[in-house]
Amino acid sequence: MARLTINGTPQDVEVDPDTPLLWVIREQIGLTGTKYGCGVAACGACTVHIDGVATRSCVLPVSAVEPDQQITTIEGLSPDSSHPIQKAWLALDVPQCGYCQAGMIMAAAGLLSQNPNPTDEDINAEITNICRCGTYNRVRAAIKLAANDGDTTQRG
Amino acid sequence: MNAIISISRRSFIVGVASTAGSLSLGFHLPFIKPSLAQGAVMEPELNAWVVIRPDDTVVIRIARSEMGQGTLTGLAQLVAEELNCDWSKVTTEYPSPAENLARDRVWGNFSTGGSRGIRESHDYVRMGGATAREMLIAAAAAEWGVPASECAATLGTVTHSGSNRTASYGQLAAAAAQVTPPTDVQLKDPKDWTIAGKPLPRLDTADKLNGAQVYGVDLKLPGMVNAAVRACPYFGGKVASFDAAAVASMPGVQKVVQVDETAVAVVADTWWRAKTALDALPVVWDEGPNTGVSSQTIAHILEEGLEADNAFVGAQQGDAPAALTGATKVVSAVYSYPYQNHATMEPMNATALYTPEKCEVWVPTQNGEASLAAAAEAAELPVSQCNVHKIHLGGGFGRRGMQDYVTQAVRIAREFPGTPVKLIWSREEDMLQGRYHPVTQSRLTGALDADGNLTALHMRISGQSILAAVMPQRMQDGMDPIVFQGLTADSPEGHLGYTIPNLLIDHAMRNPPIPPGFWRGVNLNQNAIYVECFVDELAHAAGVDPLAFRRKLMANHPKHLAVLEAVAERIGWDTPAPAGVHRGLAQIMGFGSYVAAAAEVSVTDGQLRIHRIVAATDPGHVVNPAQVERQVEGSFVYGLSACLYGECTVNGGRMEQENFDSYEVVRMADMPEVETIIIPSGGFWGGVGEPTIAVAAPAVLNAIFAATGKRIRSLPLKNHDLA
Repeated sequence: MARLTINGTPQDVEVDPDTPLLWVIREQIGLTGTKYGCGVAACGACTVHIDGVATRSCVLPVSAVEPDQQITTIEGLSPDSSHPIQKAWLALDVPQCGYCQAGMIMAAAGLLSQNPNPTDEDINAEITNICRCGTYNRVRAAIKLAANDGDTTQRG
Repeated sequence: MNAIISISRRSFIVGVASTAGSLSLGFHLPFIKPSLAQGAVMEPELNAWVVIRPDDTVVIRIARSEMGQGTLTGLAQLVAEELNCDWSKVTTEYPSPAENLARDRVWGNFSTGGSRGIRESHDYVRMGGATAREMLIAAAAAEWGVPASECAATLGTVTHSGSNRTASYGQLAAAAAQVTPPTDVQLKDPKDWTIAGKPLPRLDTADKLNGAQVYGVDLKLPGMVNAAVRACPYFGGKVASFDAAAVASMPGVQKVVQVDETAVAVVADTWWRAKTALDALPVVWDEGPNTGVSSQTIAHILEEGLEADNAFVGAQQGDAPAALTGATKVVSAVYSYPYQNHATMEPMNATALYTPEKCEVWVPTQNGEASLAAAAEAAELPVSQCNVHKIHLGGGFGRRGMQDYVTQAVRIAREFPGTPVKLIWSREEDMLQGRYHPVTQSRLTGALDADGNLTALHMRISGQSILAAVMPQRMQDGMDPIVFQGLTADSPEGHLGYTIPNLLIDHAMRNPPIPPGFWRGVNLNQNAIYVECFVDELAHAAGVDPLAFRRKLMANHPKHLAVLEAVAERIGWDTPAPAGVHRGLAQIMGFGSYVAAAAEVSVTDGQLRIHRIVAATDPGHVVNPAQVERQVEGSFVYGLSACLYGECTVNGGRMEQENFDSYEVVRMADMPEVETIIIPSGGFWGGVGEPTIAVAAPAVLNAIFAATGKRIRSLPLKNHDLA
């Protein structure tokens, strides 16, 4: 049994303690927006926020998360896709297949909450998620758009 | 986008009709409220492509698969253009492959590959929209008792010019559905388009921003169990034995299943538990006959093919061997291209529900009808008792045209009659069980006369045929015609953009025991590297600027030349590059389109940096320029991933790379600026999803030569020291 606070709601889940947080979120909680891509924290598709920090959930045992830590998934980033990153993503029509985009959006939102005006170098260093369709340049532009629009702190 | 909702509703209707309630009535409807399913029966279908609801919603049916390439939006634009509907009222749905068969394949080909989604179906989907428009006009005219010629349809409304009476499509749809479809409808001239041809936003973006988009791996069905699979990693090997008892008591495990002679699966309540037990399962492999096969032994086989006497001829002009023998200056080089994995971000998966009477599969597939055939074969049921529900793809790139995972899912599901089984491959399984971009080598030998003109070229390709492995019925007297993508004399699919008086391009087929597949761009990828890098070599050997050298060979190929000139002009080929920056060019024709790229790179202390790419595309007609730009940009991620990092190496009869930590791909930091020039010259329909990939690597490799004097003839670049 583990107690997790996901998208603001405390939940008790019956789960093996070494199960990665990703699979608890997907299979026990039933939130499937967070994606499996590699299982070795190499691609970033599984990125969620833990206490506001972008974290790859596929190698993080659920037992390593404290009950009062705030886990935010793509479903909880905003109630209505109104987070500045989501708005910028929509404005620039960023996704192609979209599979990596939840992780990409969570990584970008995490970056902006730490660094409201990231440089290209900051983006290169912090957004290391893999996209195989090739959205990188639009991801970069959307991060800059969201940064320029402000209102990126205290969210997610 | 609510195609998933629509699919589920449609499956419900079909299921009820075909099974008389035995299975489907007790079957939960994923993602759908029952009220909507009930109401759906009343929707007027004007034809296979167009359904218009009373609330004026226009449902456009899309037979091709959406995997990120934008086909769904583009095809909807083409139908909507002819329909003259209100674009803001458009939604889409996928018909199922079983419906297609039941209706005499009214939706045509479901296969989505070869950059054919739009270019191969534009005519009949536009006709679907135009025919529906005329039926709506006819219905209004009949209702008002006026000649149809006095009525016009715009923005989802029919208006009678004399009386100013109007009716919305939603009001007319039920009557229009009863109108006999006209057979003399004319399609619009693309210059008159107002919906097609415009850079409209994608229809499927919103759900990709909040986790709502459902992919195959996300599917949830009541009572569903989960399967993890491991097939023998040794090509040609089998399962010798496994110890199911060793994992039987692990948490959640329901069953260990031998899928076929090559694979074993664990089925558990959750996928993580299935995978955990699979990892713990003792399996002994019969490693089969290929354990002596390695990248080195394969390379040796291909090297032998470079010298072989017998080869299939793909292009021939004059007498190249004789011209080369008599030439004063001969240039020769050998290039090679390694195995690549598609590495879609969503691993292969399929969900199957089997009973002795019926088999249903939910799968992200590039070919719904092939999935249906695979399901029927694995279920050993008539096709008429099977169905496939297409789900949005988390990337395809050719891998999802293969159906091996569908076969596995159905075979596992047969062990659980009445219970849905979701099979997901791990990333490791995905890397080890690929259908790899084939390996080839090429020796190119060219003759230059005293004036630096190319008088003869022999291009010998040695290596693997995709068709021989996956579509032997398309072989032509033993020859694989698509080995020569972009190289033949007159193919509308892609012909060589150079006129060379003595030319021979031939293929010594050498097929290693590694399963090949169509990998985005297919054989155009390596052919463009071979030709475009070697032409660059010839230009330097002749002491001629690479653009000027090409121009002399391209006088008879104005469309090839136009895209090349466009990138050269934009990159400033005739002006000095910034200090330390060097440029390279490439052009090719493939998938019916003309493409070119110019790259600016710097190499500092051996460190490559790609600063800027300019790409030009002439696909004839452009249905959505914004989506074309995205495909062109994305092509550089795919093409540069292969150029910089991509390599699956064989050792001991199996692949060595198992995940993204050993199969690196381009990430944000590697990604150059990409400027896209779209030059639709009209008169033909070319594809855009693939051709540009082919010019990514040669443009960069030629720029690296300009920067370093080093000619890189084998990929990936990570294996080379540029210092």
